[in-house]
Amino acid sequence: MQSAPDANASDPLALAETWAREGRDVALATVVETWGSAPRPVGAHLVIDSEGNFEGSVSGGCVEGAVVAEAVDVISTKKPAMLEFGVADETAWRVGLSCGGRIRVLVEPVTREPAPA
Amino acid sequence: MDIDLLSRFNAARTGRRPAILITPLDAPGSPQRLVGPSDDMTGDPLADDIARRFRSGKSGIVEHPDGTQLFLTVSVPPPRLVLIGAVHISQALVPMAQIAGFDVVVIDPRTAFATPERFPGGTVLAEWPDDVLGEVALDPYTAVAALTHDPKIDDAPLRAALAAGCFYVGALGSRKTHGKRRDRLLEAGVGTADFDRLDAPIGADIGAASPAEIAVAVLANIIHALRKGPEAAS
Repeated sequence: MQSAPDANASDPLALAETWAREGRDVALATVVETWGSAPRPVGAHLVIDSEGNFEGSVSGGCVEGAVVAEAVDVISTKKPAMLEFGVADETAWRVGLSCGGRIRVLVEPVTREPAPA
Repeated sequence: MDIDLLSRFNAARTGRRPAILITPLDAPGSPQRLVGPSDDMTGDPLADDIARRFRSGKSGIVEHPDGTQLFLTVSVPPPRLVLIGAVHISQALVPMAQIAGFDVVVIDPRTAFATPERFPGGTVLAEWPDDVLGEVALDPYTAVAALTHDPKIDDAPLRAALAAGCFYVGALGSRKTHGKRRDRLLEAGVGTADFDRLDAPIGADIGAASPAEIAVAVLANIIHALRKGPEAAS
């Protein structure tokens, strides 16, 4: 079961709300699918701001760098992106999951106005 | 994600209200929505998937009949254990249940029992169950164990727990004690099917003798109900 928001604010969804309300531009990354051995379960979150600050985890450290870099793009374009990581991926030499699993990560902007049509 | 939708999702999570955030994956940026377990899902092609996800508590992708994929971010409250009776068994059960990941609350109106010395860490309420069960809201993600042997203290929260659909309800007492309890609760309007959900004599049948061993037996049955009960994940 997913834990409730943490009172000491290490909860990524609570932080995403807090950061966005402070006026920071924020993206939220979510593990939507895993294959094989994956370090973080489906539903795990990472919150990122436009400066590249982040909290949470989608892979236990293996691909966070790439997700953060992509999230900065997502924040500037305001368009969600779907990322896939794994040893089968052509980017495996660059970033990948040493455990041999594959994960799919949705990165979406947190918007303070209705999304553009 | 719209910030107001995120706020509503977080409010549900802090308020121990189950919620599912639905995100279409095939049309980036298309609107997300939030559903609760008591929302009217009649005619919604995802109704069965959503009901199943509320029971399992697991996030994941589902297929819409139109062939598109949606991601369900599922939030259900962390399991909670409410112990009626600040007794010796509870003193052993509180730390065990906390280690196993439960939020634990002990309720006992007898101020000689319900002391911070016996229950450190603010887990004990020296109140009548009826007076505090409003704020300690019972729900299907809560287990209740009544451990005082005193019908004046145990009966009301047992009835409340059965009515609230708590995933585990147990009561301490011999078979004879439990027989009398049956008479009282049925008299008070509890249905037989509900009454039969009670774990009594309480705990897994492991020959537990000491209070700490009984605590292990009770926690075992609580975890069994959580992980293998009718509402648990398949």
